[in-house]
Amino acid sequence: MPFAADSLLADGFPGVRLHVVTGKGGTGKTTVAAALAVALAGQGKRVLLAEVEDRQGISQTFDVPPLPTTEVRVVGAPHGGEVIGLAVDPKAALLEYLQLFYKLGRAGGVLERFGAIDFATTIAPGVRDVLLIGRVYEASRRRLDKKHHRGSAPEDLAYDAIVLDAPPTGRISRFLSVGSEVAGLARVGPIRHQGDSVNELLRSGATRVHVVTLLEEMPVQETVDAIGDLSAIGMPVGAVIINQARGADTEAVAQLDPDELARDLRSVGLDPSPATVAGLLEQVRRHGERVTLEQKQLAVLEDLGRPLVTVPFVVEGIDLDAVTEIAGLLAEQGMVP
Amino acid sequence: MLNDRHTRIVVCCGSGGVGKTTTAAALALRAAELGRRVVVLTIDPARRLAQSLGLTELDNVPRAVRNLPPGTTGSLDAMMLDMKRTFDEVVLSHSTPEAAEQILANPFYQAVSSSFAGTQEYMAMEKLRATAGHRRPARHLGSHRRRHAPSRSALDFLDAPKRLGSFLDGRFIRLIAAPAKLGGRAGLKIVNFGIGLVTKTLTTVLGGEMLRDVQTFVNALDTMFGGFRERADLTYALLKEGGTAFLVVAAPERDALREASYFVARLAKDGMPLAGVVVNRMQPNAARGLTAARALDAADALTEQGRTASAAALLVHADVAELAVRHRALVRRFTAGHPGIPVVEVAALAQDVHDVAGLREIGAQLAG
Ligand SMILES: Nc1ncnc2c1ncn2[C@@H]1O[C@H](COP(=O)(O)OP(=O)(O)OP(=O)(O)O)[C@@H](O)[C@H]1O
Ligand SMILES: Nc1ncnc2c1ncn2[C@@H]1O[C@H](COP(=O)(O)OP(=O)(O)O)[C@@H](O)[C@H]1O
Ligand SMILES: [Mg+2]
Ligand SMILES: [Mg+2]
Repeated sequence: MPFAADSLLADGFPGVRLHVVTGKGGTGKTTVAAALAVALAGQGKRVLLAEVEDRQGISQTFDVPPLPTTEVRVVGAPHGGEVIGLAVDPKAALLEYLQLFYKLGRAGGVLERFGAIDFATTIAPGVRDVLLIGRVYEASRRRLDKKHHRGSAPEDLAYDAIVLDAPPTGRISRFLSVGSEVAGLARVGPIRHQGDSVNELLRSGATRVHVVTLLEEMPVQETVDAIGDLSAIGMPVGAVIINQARGADTEAVAQLDPDELARDLRSVGLDPSPATVAGLLEQVRRHGERVTLEQKQLAVLEDLGRPLVTVPFVVEGIDLDAVTEIAGLLAEQGMVP
Repeated sequence: MLNDRHTRIVVCCGSGGVGKTTTAAALALRAAELGRRVVVLTIDPARRLAQSLGLTELDNVPRAVRNLPPGTTGSLDAMMLDMKRTFDEVVLSHSTPEAAEQILANPFYQAVSSSFAGTQEYMAMEKLRATAGHRRPARHLGSHRRRHAPSRSALDFLDAPKRLGSFLDGRFIRLIAAPAKLGGRAGLKIVNFGIGLVTKTLTTVLGGEMLRDVQTFVNALDTMFGGFRERADLTYALLKEGGTAFLVVAAPERDALREASYFVARLAKDGMPLAGVVVNRMQPNAARGLTAARALDAADALTEQGRTASAAALLVHADVAELAVRHRALVRRFTAGHPGIPVVEVAALAQDVHDVAGLREIGAQLAG
């Protein structure tokens, strides 16, 4: 498995409260976000793990019932740590928000009947994203006593850390620049205000965007592009997480000789049929090809100069044990303080 | 499917990164080799695809692929959907120059045409319809694919055009587009109360200017389209016609296959013709005679004897064999759960698919 050079280790991201996890579709955003939340909880932290894509990824990853639109406990950890899950729903977020600021009462129902809620959450450009992030922002500022205050002491806050399972690389910059985008359309009003506050949190030292990738050409290319875009809009980039890395002892296999392999197989009681020997050699060749490609992509990632973190491919598939194991690896590689 | 001259449109769908672009391109190439005239249309930037077809870039107009295998009797074009340009084209071709100018300059239009939830899907359908409607290339097989990333669920593909259409034709948009008309007609107090409240709340929350932009936009669109819903319905009808085939692409993973199941069910429910399911990137096993467990034991023994090279080869095989078994089991379960639906397996190649040879290899596997 390719491990990063020492200079590219993560420093635990001290002072960071919001970890945004993005990556190309299917690379492992949800899995890594879940593992990062577990790793933080392992340090006794109360962690909010939020998803915004209406996919119930948290429920599937932790094998718990589908999440409601409210925050629910997903798993506990030693020393009082826990992971709370939230599947952010834009409609619920909008209604809560209107309730909170406008004491709407039954007007919410009227808005819904007229399709106004649908308009705001699915059609009006950027508003949906502001609502999604706005909900996360609200949770980040909420105190244990449910009030919100600027500059609350950290120990009074409801969450020590928040991990956001974010939209994929193709949409992440737009998603995180909602504040600015909405500002262009809604020039006044609370949505504008909300956009501005969200912007402030996102660009502060308390936020990092981590990018998950595979050691394959397309995900690596998207990672490079996304990091460029994120930097351009002033978003602080954290680590690049190489997921599903394959184990490889390439040097050892490079010296493989068919006759010796056949002899070795016989010596341990296996049938060295020509088909088996040829098959093994073929696999070793393919494996070598893949590793060569991976090394090439690793070099591209190293050039980014960002901390690199490696998560191996889990052959057995992802379950709670695997997530916990990955959490341990993330912690070892400096993803948590 | 490709030999059937009645099949003119193949839609490859599935979740992100499973290989929709690759499958679409491999099929298109194969169809061209079979003598058909083909265009492959992708929704998202497909730099890799362009490269593997020997093109420097893909854009909104079909570009001929020149490096086809010798003996190819058909033709292959490739294009990529430029959502904003397609939207602009639709506007330009349906309105007077002055009206068009007004729409194109509207801030709401500008935001909507590039980031509307569902516009990408909607415009893909428009493009598909426009491309498939071209009569000049006598037999024209449009392989259109969509990818998962820009939308929340793979099913958005089917829902987006309708949602967009019904939104633009719907009660709410009528209301903000022409409040006077509606208000005058509505006799009931409760309705008036509702309208007032809705516009007031939206004005406070979104700001009055945004609503005014929306009004201008909707009124302008209205005069030129006369019903988005009808257009969406037309596109739907095209997809249900005999000449269309859907292919659901999946990876041999639990989540991807679960999503494929939803998709299969949804296509059936909507009466969309499903040609089959492609399970892409199956782990090939070149030494099937040897199980993972025995390979592991043998690797241990050989490591003790210092036979590291052979041990390493067996370790590589142990992973391969275990993965292959798991992939096979997943496919078996999927097939059993979907009797009567053709399932085709495509092996993972050691390298990315980056040239015509790679696409041909995938195409050969797709042909079975
Ligand atoms: N390290 C790993 N080892 C083995 N399998 C993994 C690993 N990481 C993720 N997977 C598997 O890969 C698939 C995709 O992972 P995941 O759902 O986390 O990706 P995602 O980026 O959130 O996808 P999407 O873009 O669809 O939201 C899942 O089936 C998951 O179980
Ligand atoms: N059978 C396969 N073997 C090896 N690589 C593949 C295979 N199918 C797809 N790929 C690679 O996987 C990546 C993602 O495939 P792509 O077709 O772009 O997926 P999608 O369009 O569904 O997002 C590409 O780099 C492609 O070359
Ligand atoms: Mg996910
Ligand atoms: Mg693609």
